[in-house]
Amino acid sequence: MTGTVAARLSAQPFFAALTDSQRGALAEDGTAVTFAAGKRLFDEGGVADMFWLMEQGGIALDMRVPGRGDQIVETLGPGTVLGWSWLHRPYRWHFGAVARLATTAIAFDAASVRRRCDADPAFGYAMLRAFTPVITERLQATRLRLLDLYAAPSQVRHADIGPVNA
Amino acid sequence: MTGQRTASPALIEPAAETAAVPRFYRVASRREDTADTVTLELTEPAQPVPAFAPGQFAMLTAFGVGEVPISVSGLGDSGGGRARRLEHTLRAVGAVTRALHAAPPGSLIGVRGPFGTSWDVASASGRDLVIVAGGIGLAPLRPVVLTALADRSRYGRIVLLTGARTPGDLLYTDELDRWRRGGVEVAITVDRADSGWSGQVGLVTALIEPAGLAPDNSVAFVCGPDVMMRFTADALAARGIPASRIRVSLERNMRCGVGWCGHCQLGPLLVCRDGPVVSCDRAAALMRVRGL
Repeated sequence: MTGTVAARLSAQPFFAALTDSQRGALAEDGTAVTFAAGKRLFDEGGVADMFWLMEQGGIALDMRVPGRGDQIVETLGPGTVLGWSWLHRPYRWHFGAVARLATTAIAFDAASVRRRCDADPAFGYAMLRAFTPVITERLQATRLRLLDLYAAPSQVRHADIGPVNA
Repeated sequence: MTGQRTASPALIEPAAETAAVPRFYRVASRREDTADTVTLELTEPAQPVPAFAPGQFAMLTAFGVGEVPISVSGLGDSGGGRARRLEHTLRAVGAVTRALHAAPPGSLIGVRGPFGTSWDVASASGRDLVIVAGGIGLAPLRPVVLTALADRSRYGRIVLLTGARTPGDLLYTDELDRWRRGGVEVAITVDRADSGWSGQVGLVTALIEPAGLAPDNSVAFVCGPDVMMRFTADALAARGIPASRIRVSLERNMRCGVGWCGHCQLGPLLVCRDGPVVSCDRAAALMRVRGL
């Protein structure tokens, strides 16, 4: 990927709802980065001081489970953002992340973006409007996966749906 | 047989003589697709039933056990308008499917059909095909892929998005590379990865956005659990594919296969007759009614 961070931001639909000036401000906190496949970006519990807009490649979110190693909970591809733990205290990652493919992204300085959000509520609201759909979509997807829809009947425990007082 | 409907997938009436009485087919081969799923090739019918269209289903009988509806999962051999060879992929989840799952080559299985509506792939001529499968829902969609590949130039992009519970539950893994070589864009995701899985992890709907669909020129074919189909249809609609061009394959308690018994009623639809393939402008609201 080539071009300025501002131009690359404009090419991605994720921040399309931001105005040009808001995107320009956000670009000031962004840096173009690349990760080789296998590079760990962060670990669960680490300080969430960055987030990334992915342009190419793929990232896996994982969690270390004793006795089972790093379990991948979700993979993310181009066009989406990695990381929203920077938005709220305690600013700690809830999962780990590792590049599964050679990945190109724009990395943002989270503390600086937060300061902009605090200083400019319109900017902050636009950022929230950009992030909320992704958070909602991933929450819904997680809920659906909790239903274990593809399981055979013998693999799932059916809830007792009888009358509460029966 | 009646003619095709113009606004919804084709409705094809079975020949009356094969609607009520099972015909004997012999299991020619049995391929284990996953730990609980097999594909049976049925041949040597003494009196073959009429040919099946992709999306239609048969009532398969495990003699002495019972009968279940199973969609065709291959193109089969329909020489002379008759089904001389059939393919069915089925998962062992109950008494009948367990018996069918265990049927060895050489054994006899009863076949009634064909029943229901088809995917009507030909009506998508000139358009992109967006095929979204969840779990064993890929089985009824396999004939869509095979039909499109057999007449590749007739269609635009062929995009297959498929999700499975685990990598070990993926169907037709030995065919995916062939499909890719034939021009199918295949994307796969699983709910639960294992240590050897290097592909994507997540819901099948997460594959839609990266696919870069052209909603104005796409027809979608969706099959999987009801909830998966609802969310997939919503996701496709949100990207601009009209409900009339999103087809789902419904599954209810099909018994007679011809709309007589009413066991498979879904509101105004009798799924065995008016389905299983229904466009979302008819099906979407019904799929959200509690108790239907």
